Amino acid sequence: MHGFANPKRFLSLARWLTPLLLVSGLVLAGAALAWGLFVVPPDQLMGETVRILFLHVPTAWLGMGGWTAIAIASAAYLVWRHPLADLAARAAAVPGMVFTAVCLATGSIWGRPTWGTWWVWDGRLTSMLVLLFLYFGYIALAQAVAREGGSSRIPAIFGLVGAINIPIINRSVVWWNSLHQPPSITAGKSAIDAEFLVPLLVAVLGFSLIFGGVLLARMRALLGDIQAEARLRRKANEAA
Amino acid sequence: MRESLDQWDFVIAAYAVGILATLALVAWAWWDMKRAERRREEARRK
Repeated sequence: MHGFANPKRFLSLARWLTPLLLVSGLVLAGAALAWGLFVVPPDQLMGETVRILFLHVPTAWLGMGGWTAIAIASAAYLVWRHPLADLAARAAAVPGMVFTAVCLATGSIWGRPTWGTWWVWDGRLTSMLVLLFLYFGYIALAQAVAREGGSSRIPAIFGLVGAINIPIINRSVVWWNSLHQPPSITAGKSAIDAEFLVPLLVAVLGFSLIFGGVLLARMRALLGDIQAEARLRRKANEAA
Repeated sequence: MRESLDQWDFVIAAYAVGILATLALVAWAWWDMKRAERRREEARRK
């Protein structure tokens, strides 16, 4: 694992892995969404709106997964001081934020015809909204630190502390009375019929591959900017 | 009086939001990566 913390080795791997993850993810996610839209029958209770779950569930999973990645990379940075771990944490923030926002938007659109309301202040929805605000805070903090030349330990500590919200989101439907249904998939068990479960799992896999591809692309972008600035600074010092 | 909602309107709206946001994210990440790597190559050549 430490071997991949070498920027040269990371780039040689990421150069072919980035397009591979993005293309395979887009194909799988597109196929799963088309499957959900045109093949899956309407649900007995939810009717046609069940199709929204093929977008809502993967984005919810990746919204939480994005912050989990930030927390793991931040911990790796704080312990081993690998600059690539700091880049990985910063790179996970924007895709995590976008998927959290899509999860909230699609959940709200699903809620209107199903619950009769766009929004309720219950545990699951509110903790997901808190996650979106945590992403805003993390991105602003990481950009300010990069611009002002501060210590990357500050966003790393924020990333670790913010991870407390992940188990709260996960358990919110168990701890509090909620309009949101309890977990449908738990370890080794599923309350979802195979007709819905298979395209749902394909959608989760497809969006996860897209997330992985965007994560690598963001890491390459951040690394490219850092290396360009370091070279320009070194040349300016040599010329002075 | 009950309002009648066409569920397909909500399905289409959700898919439009999700697909557009995902495609915009992928396009921006790819474009920004290419921009940064071009900048690094230009700095190397200077």
